[in-house]
Amino acid sequence: MMPLRRFQMHQPKNVAEAAEMLAHYGEKGRLYAGGTELLLAMKHDLLRYEHLVDVKTVPGLDKIEAKNSSLHIGGTVTHRAIENSPLVRERLPVMAEMARQIANVRVRATGTLGGNICFAEPHSDPATLLLALGAKARVQGRNGERTLAMNEILVGAYETALAADEILTAIEIPLLAKSQRAAYLKFQVHERPTLSLALVLDVDASGNAITKARAVVGSVSLTPCRSDKADALLVGPRDKVEKQLADAAQVLAEAADPGDDLEGSAEYKRHLTGVFLRRAFAQALSGAPR
Amino acid sequence: MTDGMRIVALKFQLNGKPVEMECEAEETLAEVLRNHLNLNGTKVSCEVQVCGACTVLVDGLPVSSCTYLAYEARGKNVATIEGLEKPDGTLHPLQQAFIDDFAFQCGFCTPGMIMAAKALLDENPQPTRAEIIHHMDGNICRCTGYVPIVAAVQRAAGVMAKESKK
Ligand SMILES: Cc1cc2nc3c(=O)[nH]c(=O)nc-3n(C[C@@H](O)[C@@H](O)[C@H](O)COP(=O)(O)OP(=O)(O)OC[C@H]3O[C@@H](n4cnc5c(N)ncnc54)[C@H](O)[C@@H]3O)c2cc1C
Ligand code: FES
Ligand code: FES
Repeated sequence: MMPLRRFQMHQPKNVAEAAEMLAHYGEKGRLYAGGTELLLAMKHDLLRYEHLVDVKTVPGLDKIEAKNSSLHIGGTVTHRAIENSPLVRERLPVMAEMARQIANVRVRATGTLGGNICFAEPHSDPATLLLALGAKARVQGRNGERTLAMNEILVGAYETALAADEILTAIEIPLLAKSQRAAYLKFQVHERPTLSLALVLDVDASGNAITKARAVVGSVSLTPCRSDKADALLVGPRDKVEKQLADAAQVLAEAADPGDDLEGSAEYKRHLTGVFLRRAFAQALSGAPR
Repeated sequence: MTDGMRIVALKFQLNGKPVEMECEAEETLAEVLRNHLNLNGTKVSCEVQVCGACTVLVDGLPVSSCTYLAYEARGKNVATIEGLEKPDGTLHPLQQAFIDDFAFQCGFCTPGMIMAAKALLDENPQPTRAEIIHHMDGNICRCTGYVPIVAAVQRAAGVMAKESKK
């Protein structure tokens, strides 16, 4: 068996103590949650840490709560807990459905939402949906708390805007209004998504026109991508928008600018963007508000 | 700043019996089971959370023991393939169903398959075929093929439903 290098495990009692530990150990230490990214990279010696700070020993970060018009999901909440949460299933079913599609049962049982966002792996399901939903990350370090939008926290492949001592404490997701519809779809043949697509539409009272749209394509570029120009093409009477879907997909794919890699060629990913935008559009407008 | 743990004092329930031992912080649950506790039923293959050969249950949930730290088992219930048969040697309905449906050839994936299936049936005793496939999606078999494996899980669900009515 491939052994892990030696490390010490630390058990902070609160966020402030975790931040102190991270600051103290600097490059030699790292926050540890489910370990489904970190321990794999450490096994392969891509990352080396002498100190792991177990964020799960901080009480209170594993809660899911509805506050005013948003859902607060704690940083150490697992994908499985999101998938099975009655609150998420009732108030934001698209989030539960997305969580159900992540990885495999074992990764969902231990992998956390905070770990997913903070590893900033480009092939992330939650990142794609959370950007479309306009979610924000609450982070806390020694100098206090701040709130970052998804496109602010995710700055590149495996790269976030977090300082070394900062901890993601929760993700705040605005609940969908009665006039909003959402869909999340992905295409996947390997361990991680080849392409993920999230769509949020505001519809008028008749249900026949879209007044606002937010489409995000993920997993094909370093961070999930959206485009004002593509979103504009998704607004208008439904039959008109349906005719513009291919154009909108093209604009979105251009903004994402996918490359060739093991998941497929750039051309293939641009094609998939069109297929999945069309499917997401149909799904969002079918059935009950999500 | 207090020192971290190099050595973890580990107390947990293993297949219903208490275990008290020490392990190093970086030891995985698979290493502890196989190297310290001589339970070699749990197999290790890919070591990257992909294949599921190393699946064991912790508080009823399937985890990849190849990359799950033994440290995480503190105070929890760990179930491995060795704990499934009854003291009189009667096999668990899942084990029997895997035999009856020829759901293994080399058998390397089987402990993980059976533990993953157990987690499903404990939570959802009458899963649909689609639910079985979704749940077992992360357990890879390189020789048998999945049709008999899904059939075995369905058969075991039927047997367990009859047993629970008795
Ligand atoms: C086989 C396999 C398949 C997968 N498939 C998918 C998939 O389909 N879709 C998908 O989206 N993902 C997938 N993943 C990625 C999966 O690991 C993540 O989704 C998981 O959520 C990571 O969380 P973790 O708790 O295990 O993170 P860890 O590995 O514990 O941590 C990851 C990183 O985040 C940092 N970190 C953790 N928590 C915090 C916090 N609260 N604040 C600040 N920093 C933090 C750590 O320091 C570390 O750098 C897959 C992984 C595997 C192994
Ligand atoms: S050996 Fe653990 S998942 Fe493959
Ligand atoms: S029986 Fe050989 S890998 Fe499944």
